[in-house]
Amino acid sequence: MKVGWLEVIVATLFLTLVLGAVWTRGRNWLDPEFWKRYAIIGSSIMFITLIVLTFDTLAKTKIGSDRVPPPTVINYKIDYKYDPEKGYFKPVIGPEKELLFGKEYSEEEAMELIVKGKLVIQSRACMNCHTLLGNGAYYAPDLTKAWLDPKWEKVMIAATQSKTKEEAMVKFLMYPDKYATWTRRMPNLNIDEEEAKAVVAYLKWMAAINTNGFPDHFGESKLVKF
Amino acid sequence: MEKILTRFWGDISNLPESRKIALMYWTVAIALFGVQLLFGLIAAYQYVNPDFLYTVMPFNITRMLHINAMIVWLLMGFIGGIYWLLPDETGRDVVGAKLGRIAFYLLTGAVAVVVLVYIFVQMGKGNFFTMWFINEGREYIEAPRWADIGIVAVMGIIYYNVLATVFKAKKVTGLLGVLLIDLIALASLYVAGMFFTPNITYDQFWWWWVVHLWVEATWEVLVGVLMGWALMHVLGTPRRIIEGWLYLEVLLVFGTGILGLGHHYYWIGTPEYWLGIGGFFSSLEPIPLVAMIVHAVYDAGVHKLQSVNRPALFFIFLQAFGNFFGAGVWGFMHTLPQINLYSHGTQMAASHGHLAFFGAYVAANLVLMYIALQHIRAPQGPILDSKTWKIAYVGMIVSMVGMVGALLVAGFAQTFFERAIGGATWQDYIMSQMHPWVRIPMYWRLGFGILFLIFYFVLVYDMLTIGKKKAEAMEVKPA
Repeated sequence: MKVGWLEVIVATLFLTLVLGAVWTRGRNWLDPEFWKRYAIIGSSIMFITLIVLTFDTLAKTKIGSDRVPPPTVINYKIDYKYDPEKGYFKPVIGPEKELLFGKEYSEEEAMELIVKGKLVIQSRACMNCHTLLGNGAYYAPDLTKAWLDPKWEKVMIAATQSKTKEEAMVKFLMYPDKYATWTRRMPNLNIDEEEAKAVVAYLKWMAAINTNGFPDHFGESKLVKF
Repeated sequence: MEKILTRFWGDISNLPESRKIALMYWTVAIALFGVQLLFGLIAAYQYVNPDFLYTVMPFNITRMLHINAMIVWLLMGFIGGIYWLLPDETGRDVVGAKLGRIAFYLLTGAVAVVVLVYIFVQMGKGNFFTMWFINEGREYIEAPRWADIGIVAVMGIIYYNVLATVFKAKKVTGLLGVLLIDLIALASLYVAGMFFTPNITYDQFWWWWVVHLWVEATWEVLVGVLMGWALMHVLGTPRRIIEGWLYLEVLLVFGTGILGLGHHYYWIGTPEYWLGIGGFFSSLEPIPLVAMIVHAVYDAGVHKLQSVNRPALFFIFLQAFGNFFGAGVWGFMHTLPQINLYSHGTQMAASHGHLAFFGAYVAANLVLMYIALQHIRAPQGPILDSKTWKIAYVGMIVSMVGMVGALLVAGFAQTFFERAIGGATWQDYIMSQMHPWVRIPMYWRLGFGILFLIFYFVLVYDMLTIGKKKAEAMEVKPA
């Protein structure tokens, strides 16, 4: 039997009600003991359910799983397309290659880059201006699909006098104060070239995570026309 | 230390050690409340003038200080509350007071070092040294790893204080039973935030275990304990009723809040079943908050709004209503995945966060501090009342509602323009931020923020003076 969200909800509520009723049998509902027992039953069932779901979720979101891709996706072209079956936008990985910095990374090298990228992102407290997967502060754009942002190709390659998108991203990350496009500028965070490359790889990898369609219709804007 | 406490709180020579420790925590908490507001104001000003401190202290640092000061002062306030009610609930002074004091100094010292590092070092290179000694860069729990370990150690000492006192007293009230279990959960959840993983889905999965299961589960229950105790003292509600309600609260808060965690698992790479589970349980999360309102209003009605401690009584109302509107209504507004797909990560969340933390937690802390003030300055009866607390009370509510309203307008507009009409990109973000419905509310927010700071000073003034003038003594009205 396939267990979905509805079964989980019904089962937890049903178990709480029934087990609570059995344990409080014969007690007046105005007796604090009645609610104490219900509180213990209810909290335990919900917590146990959370533990079970946690194991399931962690297994399904390992790096290299269907939802969270292996680091080597940075060697492929990544797109974000509406999936009519799912009813939401999903990353499309490959099949054609699209090398990053003109290099094909091995599994090990790519992983090293991802680890480095994550450390850089944490060390600069990026989350306290930006959001990543929608979480963080609201002072700067969401970075979930930043790799796919049309502005890199339409504006930033020329502005930074770069040949490729990733080169433009590296230059921007190193000197954001110099290449600002708005009065609210990103500060210079002393990101060196190696760090900037790792962040770019991280952003490319992150764009390939299946986020259940968030953000919706990324890049298909009725507001912005380049 | 005694001198500082006497100056701020009044004559403390008759207080048990436990309550002196409580006052130590509260003194630091109130000061950090000011730090929170100061950095909040700087961050709010950076929204309207992004050049302000651009190279000296950019927004990510001011905002980090704003939210970290908040977390720490609220937590310190709760710890103070625990030490304050402990002698009352157990009928004896705290066991291991010396250790309790050391824990206080350790925590305060660690907080001071972390804040100084945030201000002067700010950021490091992308390596593990930065994670251990400067800043972990994970919103709300940015504190570097050494401080994380320190915080858990300090929580261990505080837990020992409570547990040993309960054992020595050979008496566990229902309130203490819930408190003991809740504190274990609270301290161990923090451990879930203490590791590094390159997998951002794992990272945010565990990060929410700390953040959500703190503020939407264990903190709510902790506040339930503290407010239950406060109701017994301010309105004389019988213990039996308080404990019955508290168990119901625990059932409802944990029953909805634990799996309500799923509303943070919609878009972080986790499986689709979280959309249903998170949406269902988190939309039930307001129910316990309604129950709290019913309780507070009913109790106060029974006593015809009379109490020997007017400010505490009114902060209890603020807590009940603020928690319901801020956490309940404002949370529900954007908790269903169908809405959250567009509103996630916009000013909607800032609007919700401001009202929820203010209503649920700031108010709760102030209730306990005013109870302490009455106990110290007017124990024999004259009711605790003043003009200034009313000014601070109304002023803080008005300025908070102003900020929250402004952020709500901005949040709706941002959701609509950036996410629905726009394509959620960099340029869509800029366009929506420049839209008058987002840009102008940022000025309102700043204005109301300045007002809030002013009323904070009124509040501090009131806490320093209320009940000190004997002329204000009035006829005792029994609770």
